Amino acid sequence: MFSDFVFSHFMFSHAGNVPEVSKIHEVSKAHEADEPVKKDSHAPRKASLILENGPVFQGCSFGYEAPAAGEVVFNTSMVGYPESLTDPSYVGQILTVTYPLVGNYGVPPDTRKDGVYDYYESEKIHVTGLIISSYSAGYSHWNAAKSLGEWLKEHQVPGIYGIDTRMLTKFLRERGAMNGKIVFEDPNEIPFDDPSQRNLVAEASCGEIIRYGNGEKHVVLVDCGVKHNIIRCFLARNVRITRVPWDYDFNLLDYDGLFISNGPGDPALCHVAVENLRVAMRGDKPIFGICMGNQLMALAAGAKTYKLKYGHRSHNQPVQVYGTNKCFVTSQNHGYAVDTETLPGEWEPLFVNMNDQTNEGIRHKTKPFFSAQFHPEASSGPTDTEFLFDRFMAAMNMQK
Amino acid sequence: MSFDVPNFPILKKVLLLGSGALKIGEAGEFDYSGSQALKALREEGLSTVLINPNIATVQTSEGTADKIYFLPVTPFFVKKVIEKERPDGILLSFGGQTALNCGVELYREGVFEKWGVSVLGTTVQAIMDTEDRELFVEKLGEIGVKTIESVAAETPSAARAAAESLGYPVIVRAAYALGGMGSGFCDDAAELNETVEKAFSFSNQLLIEKSLKGWKEVEYEIVRDRYDNCIAVCNMENFDPLGIHTGESIVVAPSQTLTNDEYHMLRELAIRIVRHLGIVGECNVQYAIDPMSEDYRVIEVNARLSRSSALASKATGYPLAFVAAKLGLGMGLHQLKNSVTKSTTAFFEPALDYIVCKIPRWDLGKFEGVSHEIGSSMKSVGEVMAIGRTFEEAIQKGLRMIAQGMHGFAAGANSRLKLGAATLEELETALATPTENRIFVIAEAMTRGCSIDRIHQLTRIDRWFLQRLWDIHTCAERVADCDDLEDLSPDLLREAKQKGFSDYQISKLIYNPDYKPGKTVDDRFNVAEERRGDVRSLRKRLGIVPVVKQIDTLAAEYPAQTNYLYLTYNGSESDWVDSGDSRNSIGKSIIVLGSGAYRIGSSVEFDWCGVNALTVLRKKGWRGVMINYNPETVSTDYDVCDRLYFEELTFERVMDIVELENPRGVIVSTGGQIPNNLALPLQRAGVPILGTSAMNIDKAEDRHKFSSMLDRLGIEQPRWKELRTMDEIHAFVEEVGYPVLVRPSYVLSGAAMHVCSNAAELERYLGEASLVSRSHPVVVSEFIEHAKELEVDAVASKGELVACAISEHIEFAGVHSGDATIQFPPQRLYVETVRQVRRTAQRIASELAITGPFNIQFLAKDNRIKVIECNLRASRSFPFVSKVLKLNLIELATWAMLGEDVQKPSTNEFDLDYVGIKASQFSFSRLQNADPVLGVEMASTGEVGCLGDDFHEAILKAALSVGMRVPEKGKGILISSGTLRSKVDLLDCAKRLYEKGYRLYATEGSYEFLTKNGVSSIRAYQPSEVEEDPNRALLGAMDLIREKKVDLVVNIPKNLTEDELNNGYKVRRCAVDHNVPLFTNARLAGAFIDAFCELGGDALSRLPIKSWDEYRV
Repeated sequence: MFSDFVFSHFMFSHAGNVPEVSKIHEVSKAHEADEPVKKDSHAPRKASLILENGPVFQGCSFGYEAPAAGEVVFNTSMVGYPESLTDPSYVGQILTVTYPLVGNYGVPPDTRKDGVYDYYESEKIHVTGLIISSYSAGYSHWNAAKSLGEWLKEHQVPGIYGIDTRMLTKFLRERGAMNGKIVFEDPNEIPFDDPSQRNLVAEASCGEIIRYGNGEKHVVLVDCGVKHNIIRCFLARNVRITRVPWDYDFNLLDYDGLFISNGPGDPALCHVAVENLRVAMRGDKPIFGICMGNQLMALAAGAKTYKLKYGHRSHNQPVQVYGTNKCFVTSQNHGYAVDTETLPGEWEPLFVNMNDQTNEGIRHKTKPFFSAQFHPEASSGPTDTEFLFDRFMAAMNMQK
Repeated sequence: MSFDVPNFPILKKVLLLGSGALKIGEAGEFDYSGSQALKALREEGLSTVLINPNIATVQTSEGTADKIYFLPVTPFFVKKVIEKERPDGILLSFGGQTALNCGVELYREGVFEKWGVSVLGTTVQAIMDTEDRELFVEKLGEIGVKTIESVAAETPSAARAAAESLGYPVIVRAAYALGGMGSGFCDDAAELNETVEKAFSFSNQLLIEKSLKGWKEVEYEIVRDRYDNCIAVCNMENFDPLGIHTGESIVVAPSQTLTNDEYHMLRELAIRIVRHLGIVGECNVQYAIDPMSEDYRVIEVNARLSRSSALASKATGYPLAFVAAKLGLGMGLHQLKNSVTKSTTAFFEPALDYIVCKIPRWDLGKFEGVSHEIGSSMKSVGEVMAIGRTFEEAIQKGLRMIAQGMHGFAAGANSRLKLGAATLEELETALATPTENRIFVIAEAMTRGCSIDRIHQLTRIDRWFLQRLWDIHTCAERVADCDDLEDLSPDLLREAKQKGFSDYQISKLIYNPDYKPGKTVDDRFNVAEERRGDVRSLRKRLGIVPVVKQIDTLAAEYPAQTNYLYLTYNGSESDWVDSGDSRNSIGKSIIVLGSGAYRIGSSVEFDWCGVNALTVLRKKGWRGVMINYNPETVSTDYDVCDRLYFEELTFERVMDIVELENPRGVIVSTGGQIPNNLALPLQRAGVPILGTSAMNIDKAEDRHKFSSMLDRLGIEQPRWKELRTMDEIHAFVEEVGYPVLVRPSYVLSGAAMHVCSNAAELERYLGEASLVSRSHPVVVSEFIEHAKELEVDAVASKGELVACAISEHIEFAGVHSGDATIQFPPQRLYVETVRQVRRTAQRIASELAITGPFNIQFLAKDNRIKVIECNLRASRSFPFVSKVLKLNLIELATWAMLGEDVQKPSTNEFDLDYVGIKASQFSFSRLQNADPVLGVEMASTGEVGCLGDDFHEAILKAALSVGMRVPEKGKGILISSGTLRSKVDLLDCAKRLYEKGYRLYATEGSYEFLTKNGVSSIRAYQPSEVEEDPNRALLGAMDLIREKKVDLVVNIPKNLTEDELNNGYKVRRCAVDHNVPLFTNARLAGAFIDAFCELGGDALSRLPIKSWDEYRV
């Protein structure tokens, strides 16, 4: 149902004086002819974002024109929309980008090598919708294959521009992440959807075992919705990877190191993976987790996790190595966190978020088990903590 | 993981070096960084010492540092201060290249080691690694970072060989030179020879580099602490590709056309570089990046606060200088708080949710003969920063902020540019050879149907930017399709506002015939002007109003109590709703209007005035609100006010803010001419103006009204008339006699004022440029020769004079007051003259019921005074006289404007036991081909003010502070002493110089005059004489300069004959290009020469080193 508050200062804005185009130099060709510039030939279709028990934001559609529902979250990073949209951790979510100019450099091609995408973080767009302020239909970059709008249409994901994303973000910040839906004509086109009730990891994980590389060290990668750059980071370190589904019993495999990937949703719904991890932790083989991996390792260790009010989604999250003066800027995308207070005695925090003091990583006091809540593989975001992969390699090399 | 760090020295007293006078390449940004650093030091309880001769700055105000020395920032003086003050630490990175170079030299001399002074922050070795090109390339090579291939050359032939081997085009840079001074692009050997010769006068080492013209230029601002924690606070992308100095480029933050991979590749490299160099504090890394791949080169690294870092601070809200100073004291980033949110850590990278656009401001029109091409060397004198939520909005705001009569991108250029008359070929040439007006050339090219592709080919500006400009252009076309405001749909109106159009721009597009080809429209000149108000009321009726957004560093992720604000049409809700209280607080705010971009005639002095006004307001319990958009200022530091609107100073925008704030009043008199011009329109719109009424401000501004007022009061003024034909002009000149001062309409010509000495000159000046017409009259005034010029800086309350400071120019009238050297208190005035000046000031104050600051300029000759000009606002010299007198005139003026009873202070300038001299800084060396001569148009870019126990001491310190040097013993001095009058004036000086053992070279007339008067000199030849007979080359004036046989050039323009102009110009330009001190005014040259001769032998070492507080009233 539409609420009384409809924010629509944008609804007629940016009307189609920019033809629906790909590269800018193609745009301009139209104008080289003597024809007058076409006006309003593609008046964009209106679309609305409705928040559950909240206001309605009206804007214009630039993506696929079908309704969608999910949890509305915001991300404050200023670059990296192709990476974010293909990040499986966004399954079930409608993403709001706070940086107001989006689409500037288009979208890179979907090329891949040995099953790993060159420029994407997975094989598809995972967000259920995209909300931005201003859209650059005319984009410009040497490596662009298409516009953001075209790409969204291809993947059947709706996008709205012309929304006061700062206002929306403040709303989400005050009220916490909430469910919402994108509709076109009728507010009841689609019901609200609460993805946090579902096991999203199961949706994002691979269905079968996939192998990469032929390096000396063998890492089993438990796929909770892995980003391809994690795979790239391992391959760059000459690792042989066996990527297994989230609920696969990796204890049956022989490996040098175990890696638990990032992934969407509530870690508490991933019992099978947690149980498998508990078994692995009885051993001494190095274990490294990222994001969901951090949470699952904590759960396996016996700690608890909880849902953050509105999560951490940005490229500028400051973390401190626990008990030192050393700090890093990290890329993050998570809605749940580990409750440091519940960590058992043989574990300790490894990283702490400097803004809100939440947990950003844990480590075992004696065994080579450690994890990060943030994304050391970056992509998108700062690359300062990629050295954690080297630490993992070192830990594996220490093992005879 | 263990991270050990060394212990840190214990500090008690820290010395900070300022950057001296504002000059092209080194401007107000260093007042901002220095002020922030001093605040950081004091917060830690340290005693602070500041050396900076720039008396107009905020950092040299009472209470900013414990000890302030108005002395040149040169190794000689800094060493003296170190010996006297014995600081434990020194900060070198807050005073630009001046402070950095000075620090490097002192380090090499072992001064710091000798006196136990720790260099805080980045080490001198690291600075040298970044400044010396070869070391730099080697250092970066060690970590596999690519730099631009370049070859160092120490001789012209080596430079030529290097260029041959690299292949043209190449770029020549002078090592250790600020803002690209002496550098340039060379397409062939001829261009190379010319550039190399000049560049060697700035540096012993040149760098010849392969040119990467057309690559994107991107920079990062990096901060690192001694714990090795590193952050990239901001990245910025140049709109103009490589080839145009970043100071000359339009710049956006954050970058707009870089992908995540590119952004983070460069970020990671920058951090790697900063770690490897061992920077502690702030650092700027500049890159060139290939537009067709991820290939890159590092252009340079600035191991200090810079113009870019000031911009980055303002763009992000992250106080870089403040944080850098704390890090210099040994603190870690994690130990500091984000000063915007106050709750989160300073170790983070700001997330912006807006776009910032910086646009340089040039004043090339002020200079005769200057080249308008922009390139690898800086010429701009200031900059503006505009904030918006689309690029279109930000750039159109910014183009208005430049305040040179432009209204935005589309329909923006004023008729002065005459772009409409250019052919397409001419436009294309103009696109390929950038001048300061290129953005308007792009606009014109678009209206002529030039495609984005074509413009891209010619400019290499990224298509994304051009597409955004194209969108503005097409929006403008659709607005221009409307024949009347009533035809404009609400959607289109909203879209235009979202794309940054001003109400006036919209009105112009609808009503100005220029934008309606093929249509018959009401072509009354001013319909657009009349209807702009209607656009506003239509908008408001439709609810199309801007919203206020905060700059909070975290894109709304965390709540922030920030007072740093901008307005946008790209939003639905003001941030006020949850944080503001403006609606409940009617009348609590007082708005102070800032001074806008620094430009010739208005710079840091008005920033000082604005900041002081704010301080008083806040002390008195008002909410001090600042509107300004200059990123190089202290007034745009959100710490100095209760609310900062980083916004346009246009009537439209000020009204928007007035409607939001409901202020008790607006102060228009502390920000120079821009706010002054807004007084009348604001008052007419019902906005309360604090202080002198707008009607009376207008009476002083309007030549006719003011003149008739003076007549009525029986106050004399030079005779003048506004004239429309040559006949009228001749008749008037008949009456007053030559010379006359001629002032054409700026709107028509953009031409400068001019003094004409005879009919031929007058005809040539006015005739050729057809500068006089019915609709654009010229103003001709009688010009009184050999008259003294006096200034009064005063404060009145309800028409009663409260304080009045009289100062005296050293040069005779005819030199613009902004260029003149000023002595305060006056040293050579009749008591009678002083009495007359005071009386006149009082009468004007009463007549105009002045409340607040004002300034009057007088001519004084034979004990009679005439009023030249009167401004009912603070003037350029307010900080100077306030600081010399130790009486803050702005404080008094603000009290008066608040309606408080202001007591007349007891301080009297004639009781001072010391002298203040304000001297001007010129930047001719950067302004290729400009004639470095002083005239009625202002040409200086900055100033200093120095104190001395007597006149000689003060003038010597002041002259040294603006780059003059006392000639070395036994060296040559080249004299061309101009008219008979100035020959006589300089005769005594010449004698003294000769007696002191200097070798005098004199050109023809001067040689004869000196010989006749018994002063022996060597005959030097003018360029034209050398042309006639090349055998004279050895003693040619230009050769003497080039070969450094002279240490000082005195070249006084004699008359305006072609020949004389040509010779004089060449010699003067040669002196500037070869960095030899030059005087073009006999009175000033005389004062300087007298001063160093008077102080005797080792003049410098006899100068007492006294801090400001040691000069007692």
